[in-house]
Amino acid sequence: MALPKAKQDLTEATLSALPAPFDGAWAKAAQDEARVRLAALGMPVRRDEYWKFTNPAAYTTEAAEFATSTDTLDVFDAAKPLTITFVDGVLDADASDDMMLEGVTIETLVDAADVDLHWAKGLYGVLENAANTAPAKDGAALYRSVPRPLAALNTAAARDGLVIRVSGAASRPIRISYRSNGGDAMIHHVIKVDEGASLTLLEEGTAGARSNVMLEVDIADKAAFHHLRMQEPVADRHTLTNTFARLGNESTFKSFGLTAQGVLTRNETIMELTGDDAVAHVAGACLGDGNVHHDDTVYITHDAVNCESRQVFKKVLRNGAVGVFQGKILVQPHAQKTDGYQISQSLLLDDDSQFLAKPELEIYADDVACSHGSTSGAIDEAALFYLRSRGVPHAEAINLLTLSFLAEALEEIDDEALAEMVQTRLEQWLRA
Amino acid sequence: MLSIKNLHVSLEEEDKQILKGVNLELEAGKVHAIMGPNGSGKSTLSYVLSGRDGYEVTEGEASLDGEDILEMEPEERAAAGLFLAFQYPVEIPGVGNMTFLRTAVNAQRKARGEEELSAGDFLKVVRAKAKDLKIDADMLKRPVNVGFSGGEKKRNEILQMAMLEPKMCILDETDSGLDVDAMKLVSQGVNALRDENRTFLVITHYQRLLDHIKPDVVHIMADGKIIKSGGPELALEVENNGYADLLAEMA
Ligand SMILES: Nc1ncnc2c1ncn2[C@@H]1O[C@H](COP(=O)(O)OP(=O)(O)OP(=O)(O)O)[C@@H](O)[C@H]1O
Ligand SMILES: [Mg+2]
Repeated sequence: MALPKAKQDLTEATLSALPAPFDGAWAKAAQDEARVRLAALGMPVRRDEYWKFTNPAAYTTEAAEFATSTDTLDVFDAAKPLTITFVDGVLDADASDDMMLEGVTIETLVDAADVDLHWAKGLYGVLENAANTAPAKDGAALYRSVPRPLAALNTAAARDGLVIRVSGAASRPIRISYRSNGGDAMIHHVIKVDEGASLTLLEEGTAGARSNVMLEVDIADKAAFHHLRMQEPVADRHTLTNTFARLGNESTFKSFGLTAQGVLTRNETIMELTGDDAVAHVAGACLGDGNVHHDDTVYITHDAVNCESRQVFKKVLRNGAVGVFQGKILVQPHAQKTDGYQISQSLLLDDDSQFLAKPELEIYADDVACSHGSTSGAIDEAALFYLRSRGVPHAEAINLLTLSFLAEALEEIDDEALAEMVQTRLEQWLRA
Repeated sequence: MLSIKNLHVSLEEEDKQILKGVNLELEAGKVHAIMGPNGSGKSTLSYVLSGRDGYEVTEGEASLDGEDILEMEPEERAAAGLFLAFQYPVEIPGVGNMTFLRTAVNAQRKARGEEELSAGDFLKVVRAKAKDLKIDADMLKRPVNVGFSGGEKKRNEILQMAMLEPKMCILDETDSGLDVDAMKLVSQGVNALRDENRTFLVITHYQRLLDHIKPDVVHIMADGKIIKSGGPELALEVENNGYADLLAEMA
């Protein structure tokens, strides 16, 4: 099917500006295939349903100038993580720890791309491809996959990333720190968590003035993947993340992201629960004040029996900030006993800010429990007065109520020590 | 201490006058009680004094130790030493009771130019005062008033008062919802705070509370005005005869 003219032009311009693919055989093939995919999908434009609330132009045309990130990347220091640093989209070995961790092998994408028959071949671009093109199971084309061309673009154009294989219980978390001096960054990580293994991944910092960071995570039976992401208050960043995950039997995926400020942020999470009894939680908290547009887009497909998925998103918005939530739970016909929960809420601190939500349930199985809710509210005046009547100044009372509003999202972080670190930084950002 | 002169208050939202010329002089070290029929304006008076939105003062004044409080923000009134124990304490999900108390205590200390209490010192004081009121550790940890029983909420109000040590304490029906034992605890809490530099304004419907917290002066409020003031015997009269005679006297 031919693409509309504007989309076609944009797509051709994008394709012709792509860097040369990796040299290594499997990686070159994967990147070449992604180009073909991107050509067929077309770059996103405002008219696309999937981009109804968020204008993709900043991701698809020239990025704005950018003030260098100044925030220190130390939120998770106390967790003593193994830290790997990317500056302007490429690995900075000097600023990184040795990639040695018991139970884990870590390589760069650049290195892995040169190895023939690397295991990463079976994962790089594979979940993205599945989400972009695969038909529904059971022969029946029950749903059309949503085109995610910016993820295909990432697969086609990424210059670096990490290739992580977890074979046991990682003895400490891996932290990926991002720094930017401005410009574009296109980073693609693939992570394979083997049966019974577990890893906690922490991400901090700003990858680029305009960044597209992708995670493809394959979680085998009884394996667990925990993920925390801190998006710092750098006003001029245009941040896009694409997280793809596939879950095996009795596996766990839990992700929490905290976002402060940023002119444009879109965090997409696309998960497929393919094994029975799997658990997938994704949560986020956002502080937006002023020229901020923050978008959480989640698509969870239940493709197995007795799985649980949970989405908890909270945004605090003021001075014209815009929050977007698009969350979908798709339950395939055989995915009986599905337990799906989704809540998205905004706290609007003034009349200038807005929250746009599109919660969706699409259920083809008959024995499921799915619920979703979305609300937009103002500050509770009775609570505000109560706090002030005890001597808490107005601004601090608003902060306390803001923290209380966000608490439900932060409660999604399982590890208490990590949750404490996130909470501390949240309070700093809030009171800055 | 607190001086209220000819206070007239209307609702902001609708054209309705609620207080119609209240006069009260509350001296330092005294306990004043206000009684009066439902809807006569007792809570409204307490809210206006503590600075809640939604009311318009159309006439009159209120000052705390000579300082006009009606122009102050609620937090400034609190820092100046005014405290209201709410008739209906507010639930604040997600804010821990302890965090709330420490934030409030330190905010007031800061506003008065005093050092903030260290976490350790604070904890020590709070534990001791909570124990006196039979507030257990669990209630201190839980979100402010969330899931508290009616009586627990009232005890929590008194704990806040004990921590903040205000000089002007207004108690709006703190006795409602309290069982007999809790009433004693709360009264002990209040009496422990009584001293020559602190003033209480106790709003209540029942003599029972005044058996424990002995008032110096009792006022009767009706239809937005103080219609009669007298000694403790006035409360007994209300207890025995209701308001009919008093209202008739006025008519
Ligand atoms: N926000 C409001 N909107 C409408 N009416 C109000 C409002 N606030 C107070 N009123 C009215 O003002 C009057 C006084 O109310 P208030 O709560 O002060 O009475 P009260 O003396 O405390 O009564 P009670 O003994 O029942 O607690 C009542 O008629 C009440 O309905
Ligand atoms: Mg009342």
